[in-house]
Amino acid sequence: MKKVTLFYSLLTLAVLAVAGVWANELFLEPKKETFLIGETTHGHHQIELACATCHQSPFGGDDLLQDACVGCHGAELKQAQDSHPKSKFTDPRNADRLAQIDARYCVACHREHRPRITRDMGVTLATDYCIACHEDIAEDRPSHEGMAFDTCASAGCHNYHDNRALYEDFLTQHAGEPPLHPQPVLAAMQAYLEYPAATPAPPPADYPLTSDAAEQAHQQWLHSAHANPDSNCSACHGTGESFTEQPDALVCIDCHQPQAAGFLRGKHGMRLAVRRQAEESFPLNQALQPLMDPNQRLLTPMTPAQGRLPFKTEVAHTELTCNSCHGAHDYQLGLAAAVDACLGCHDDEHSRQYQGSPHHQLALKAAAGELSPGSGVTCASCHMPKVDHPHEAGRFVTEHNQNATLRPNEKMLRPVCLDCHGLQFAQDALADPALIHNNFSGQPRVAIDSINMAKERAKE
Amino acid sequence: MKTMKIWGCAVLAGSVALSTGCGGNEEAKSAGVDPQLMADSLFAVMAADRANYTKLIIKRLSAEGEFIKADEHWEDIANGAPLPAQMFRFGAEAVAERTDAFSYSLQSLWPINKQNAPRTEVEKAGLQYIADNPGKNYYAEETLGGVNYYTAVYPDVAVATPCVDCHNGHKDSPRTDFKIGDTMGGVVVRIPLES
Repeated sequence: MKKVTLFYSLLTLAVLAVAGVWANELFLEPKKETFLIGETTHGHHQIELACATCHQSPFGGDDLLQDACVGCHGAELKQAQDSHPKSKFTDPRNADRLAQIDARYCVACHREHRPRITRDMGVTLATDYCIACHEDIAEDRPSHEGMAFDTCASAGCHNYHDNRALYEDFLTQHAGEPPLHPQPVLAAMQAYLEYPAATPAPPPADYPLTSDAAEQAHQQWLHSAHANPDSNCSACHGTGESFTEQPDALVCIDCHQPQAAGFLRGKHGMRLAVRRQAEESFPLNQALQPLMDPNQRLLTPMTPAQGRLPFKTEVAHTELTCNSCHGAHDYQLGLAAAVDACLGCHDDEHSRQYQGSPHHQLALKAAAGELSPGSGVTCASCHMPKVDHPHEAGRFVTEHNQNATLRPNEKMLRPVCLDCHGLQFAQDALADPALIHNNFSGQPRVAIDSINMAKERAKE
Repeated sequence: MKTMKIWGCAVLAGSVALSTGCGGNEEAKSAGVDPQLMADSLFAVMAADRANYTKLIIKRLSAEGEFIKADEHWEDIANGAPLPAQMFRFGAEAVAERTDAFSYSLQSLWPINKQNAPRTEVEKAGLQYIADNPGKNYYAEETLGGVNYYTAVYPDVAVATPCVDCHNGHKDSPRTDFKIGDTMGGVVVRIPLES
């Protein structure tokens, strides 16, 4: 009898202990690994343990989840002139359509933690979802007669959200363009490089150069873009009691807000955007300065080991911050940041094939001054292109969200590809997996018919 | 006819900027507003704004593309401006983001964008009625998604040459013989009724 009592007592204690551990994680710990209900998508796995980033309350339902989606992705969708905004579906006349797909909510198509049914772009609906509303499309577009309903989103035809480079008038305007323009130059990059930047003489260092390390750092700084009165030692290291040998990973935010905002939206930096108070994490368009306090951040910086692409093993546990690509005192730009930094970590076939590719040859020639500014094509040219400065007309900044031109890759057409290539060639290239694999060394073997279809309709 | 109570701030005034104040009180709330009066009033504002944008902005400033160019793809043009129909839709979408106390849309039996063709039975009947009876409105009730609505359909008349020229010349327009004064479509206003 005593043994039985002892057994049940121990069992009770064990159950209580396990429940206590779980309750502690559920209610007190910011990271909740035990409760991860399924593998997350490529876009969210970096922050999957910060459950409250999306699930800000246990009882919020789809509306609260929607707030989280819009908090991160809303501005981008607005900029993309979203073809299917929520407002299109809130009109009561579409009530019957909502019964099939409740498109008011992102999770209707992008349900998380469903790895077995998750496809490109995190879509979890069946591939023929367009049929729900556009079943009779052939009545308006006879050219679409007989097309399968899972081909609507084939490269070069339609995207659900971003059709800025795919609408009919745009296609006809760009019909007949040669594969390569006579003077191929990335216009935004050219304007960026030729912007008349002020170059004041560097002031004396405001930190005592009493060690070899300090002197070496000073020499590197003197030859960097930071060698100016606004970026002296104290700008990053602080002074007096606030001096620090190791400035915070996000110290750059102070002077580089637009770049930092992009970095924090992308896969490289999104972990650093998650705050301990999850409800304050997003939207990211608010002041970013609080993130410079590491105590405000929930997660450590991203490392290649946490990524899902092939990376070089020797850097697997290197933390990814601004300095990973730009260096600190030598503050690298140009090929060092736009190619070498990328290839220092990325080890997938597309990345490895860049070296020696036609784009790489152009980059080398442009860097050597053999071609005009903006003629080179680096990794960053496509994945982190120059874009309009958000606050200063006529200026350009680097889009540091490496994913901004990749969801889907037709988003790259307007800000990048079409500066040098004709639309038909660019569409075909982006739709050719083999060509992407070898980093565009060769000609596309895929032919997208959308321009021809648009031309035919214009003739009608 | 059923009446609809307006809760909180008067939707009519607040949503379409007829007034800057809220100003409601319990007495006003309990009195309710006749849905036809509300729909008619909403439409009066919509029609005035629509006509003014067309005449005072587009027609005046886009003559020969001198200052602005009204274009379907206005965001891709340096001096681009939304077409009047797009401006109307942007207003409807902005309202939808602020309130579900009413909704409205521009539709036509001859739509350039096929998504703007009538979908519900009331929309079909209403658009046909206003096309057959120039100057008259159409009112009905309908149930959509389990909610009862008071639905009003008002004629959208061609008030300026840009309206006619654009619709007659657009490659997707199913009708190309519009004249000034013709009913080109209809504004559908929907107000949810209390169950």
